Amino acid sequence: MLKELNCPKCGGSLDVDENQRIVKCGFCGSSSVLKLDNGKPKLKIEQQPYKPESDSLISLLDLKVYYKIAGGLFSAAKYIRAVDGVSLGIEKGETLGLVGESGCGKSTLGKAILRLTEPTGGKVFYNGKDLAHLPQAAMREQRKDLQMIFQDPYASLNPRMTVGNIIGEPIRTFSLANGKSVELKVQELMETVGLSRRFVKRYPHEFSGGQRQRIGIARALAVDPKFIVADEPISALDVSIQAQIMNLMERLQAEKNLTYLFISHDLRAVRHLSDRVAVMYLGRIVELADGKEVYKDPLMPYTKALISAVPVPDPEIEAARQRIILIGDVPSPINPPSGCPFHTRCQYAISECKEIVPKLVEIKPLHQAACIRISSEHPNIDENVKSGRKVVGNEN
Amino acid sequence: MSNHNGTILTVNDLKTYFQTEDGIVKAVDGISFQLQKGETLGIVGESGSGKSVANLSVMRLIPDPPGKIVNGNIIFDGIDVRELSLDEVRKIRGRRIAMIFQDPMTSLNPFLKISEQLMEVTRLHLGHNKKQAYEHAVKMLKTVGISDAEERIESYPHEFSGGMRQRVMIAMALSCDPELLIADEPTTALDVTIQAQILELIKDLKARMGTSVILITHDLGVVAGMTEKIIVMYAGKVFEKSPTRELFATPANPYTKGLLKSVPDPAHEEGTELYQIPGLPPDVAHLPPGCPFAERCSYVQEICRIEYPPFIQINEDHHSLCHFAEEVYAESVQERK
Repeated sequence: MLKELNCPKCGGSLDVDENQRIVKCGFCGSSSVLKLDNGKPKLKIEQQPYKPESDSLISLLDLKVYYKIAGGLFSAAKYIRAVDGVSLGIEKGETLGLVGESGCGKSTLGKAILRLTEPTGGKVFYNGKDLAHLPQAAMREQRKDLQMIFQDPYASLNPRMTVGNIIGEPIRTFSLANGKSVELKVQELMETVGLSRRFVKRYPHEFSGGQRQRIGIARALAVDPKFIVADEPISALDVSIQAQIMNLMERLQAEKNLTYLFISHDLRAVRHLSDRVAVMYLGRIVELADGKEVYKDPLMPYTKALISAVPVPDPEIEAARQRIILIGDVPSPINPPSGCPFHTRCQYAISECKEIVPKLVEIKPLHQAACIRISSEHPNIDENVKSGRKVVGNEN
Repeated sequence: MSNHNGTILTVNDLKTYFQTEDGIVKAVDGISFQLQKGETLGIVGESGSGKSVANLSVMRLIPDPPGKIVNGNIIFDGIDVRELSLDEVRKIRGRRIAMIFQDPMTSLNPFLKISEQLMEVTRLHLGHNKKQAYEHAVKMLKTVGISDAEERIESYPHEFSGGMRQRVMIAMALSCDPELLIADEPTTALDVTIQAQILELIKDLKARMGTSVILITHDLGVVAGMTEKIIVMYAGKVFEKSPTRELFATPANPYTKGLLKSVPDPAHEEGTELYQIPGLPPDVAHLPPGCPFAERCSYVQEICRIEYPPFIQINEDHHSLCHFAEEVYAESVQERK
C-alpha cells in the first residue's frame, strides 16, 4: 500500500511503500528511513555512520588497540581500551589534527597506524594494503613512506650518534643512497629544515630543543615519506620556537606534498595547522570536521567544553565569555562508562546516554559528531534541550 | 601591619646570579615590580627568562651556592625579606606567602597520606592540635572542590589524578590563609579542561579570600583572563610592564609584539603563516653588550647592538625596555585602529 509522506529535508511529498525501509527523495536526493512515530509512519533523515572516503591516503576501519593489564590462567583478563573502534580517513595532502586530553588514546592511535604498537583489531589501509595485517618484512618496506616525529626531542635522538649519522641512518637502512651521496643528502636535508650544514659532526646535546626537533624532522624526511605522524611535536618547545616549527612543517608540506596526522593537546596549534580536526575521548572519535568549523560550531558537548576551555590571548574576550567547566576527570579506560563514554561529565546527559553508544554520524555536511541528543534535523543541542527533545538521533 | 598604600610586595632592582662553570649567569638582572593587595600580576617569559628564579628569590628559596641574591630589596608588607634570618623566613613561607609549583606529583611527598601533608602545615604555622588540623584539612579540600573529602583525605598522592593533586597543592597553599600566593606554571602539566577548572578555582578563591596572586606562565592566553598587570621577562630582564589590557592591545616592545603574534589565536581568523620570532633565546651566561633581544628583533638598529636599551615610560603604568619603545607603541596604536 502506498502512503503519501513528506521528505524530512526538503518537504516534498513522496509516495512511500510501507514495506520500504529506506526512501530516496526524488527532489533533493536525500535518503531517509521509514519509522513508526506513535504508530504513524514517518520519514526520518537517515543517519549515515561515518565511513572514510574510498580514495583516502590512509583509511582506518574499526581500529582497536587494547592493552592487557591483568589476568592470566585463573582470573579474567582486564584490558585498557586505548583505541576502541576508530574509523577515519586521512586524505592525501591534508593535515588531520587529532585532539583530546591525556589518556584519550590519541598517541596510541598514531602509533597503531604505523604499527609501532600492534593493533588488536581492525584495519589500516594504505595504498590498498592493510598495514595492520602485513607480515613484518613487507611492513618494513612500507615504513619508508610512513614516518613519525616525536614529542620529546631530547629522548628520541641517540645521544651517542652525530647529527649526520642520525639523519643518514634511514638513508643507509633503505639503501636510498650510498657513499658520498649519503653525506650530500644529509647536508641537503639539514638545510631544508633550517640547520647549518656545519653542525653535521655535532651530537644532540649540543643543540637546543627547537634545533633537536628540526633534527627529528630531518630524520623523518630522509626517506621521502608520504605520510607523517607528528605526535605532540611542539609541546616541549618554547612559545617563540613553536611558531618556527609549525611554519617549518607547513612549508615542508607544501613543498613535498606531505600528509600529516598532527596529534596535540594544544587546540590553538591544531586549529592553526589542520585542515580537519578529529576530537578523541576515551578511545573513540567523538567529532570530526573542518578545523575552523569545529571552533566556530562545535556540536558534541565534549567538544564544546574543550573549545571553551582554551584560553584566548585577548583580555577583552576572556572577560566577556562564559566557560563551560567540566566536572571531574576523564574516567578510567579500564572500565569505561557504559553507553556514551562522556555521559559521566556531560551536562546534557539523560538516562538514555547511559545505555546507547552514540555512533559518529554526519550532522551537517562534512561535520560528524557522536551524540544521541543531536541529529541533522536538530543539530543544536541547546535548542533541543529547550524544546524538550530528548533522543533525537542515532538511536538505531 | 599593612602599608597605607595597600602594597603587599615591592621588588626593587633585584639581581640573582648563579656561579656556574660557564661563568656567572645573571638569571635575574635588575627587575622591579609592585603588587597591590588583592591584585593578580602575571609574569610571562620563555624558559630561562628568569621568571621562576625571580619568585624563588622572593621566597628566599635560591640554593646558595651556586645562586645568590646579589642586589635589591624585597619588601613584603613592610618587611625586608632579605634582612630576615632563615628561621624568620620560614615563619613567613607557607604562612603568609604560599607557592604552587608546576608539577604536583613531585611537590607532594609520595610516602605520606594527603591528610598528614595538609595537617603538617597548620600544625606548624597555626599551632593547631591534631583534631583542629584534621578538621581544617577536610575543610580546605572541600574548598578546592574535592568531593568526599573525608574519605579522600586518607589517600596517597598517587591515587589522585594530576588535576586533583594540583587541587591538593592549592588547598595546602591556602591552608594558612596567605596574603600572597605565587603560582609557578600551575596548569602547564594539566589538560585544558582541567586547566580551566584550576584557573576558575584560583579566580574564585582570590575573590573570596582577597589573596594577592603572582601567576607565572609562558601561556599568554592564561594571563589574559586572569591578571590585572603583566610583566614580560626576557634574558633575566623586564622587557615590558603594563596593565593587562593595554599590553595586549598596544604592546610597546618588539619581543612582546612578536610573542603575541606568534600564538595562534582561535578567536580571530588567522592569516596563512604564523609570525615567527627568528633565532633562539640567548645564552644568559654570555649576553651581548647591547640589547639581549637585538639578534632576533625585526626593529633592530645599529644602536641596539652597542648600547643597552633604556626602560622607557609609555603611559602611567606602562614601561618598555627598548631604544624604540615609543615608535613600537605608536605602531601598535596605529594597527589597533
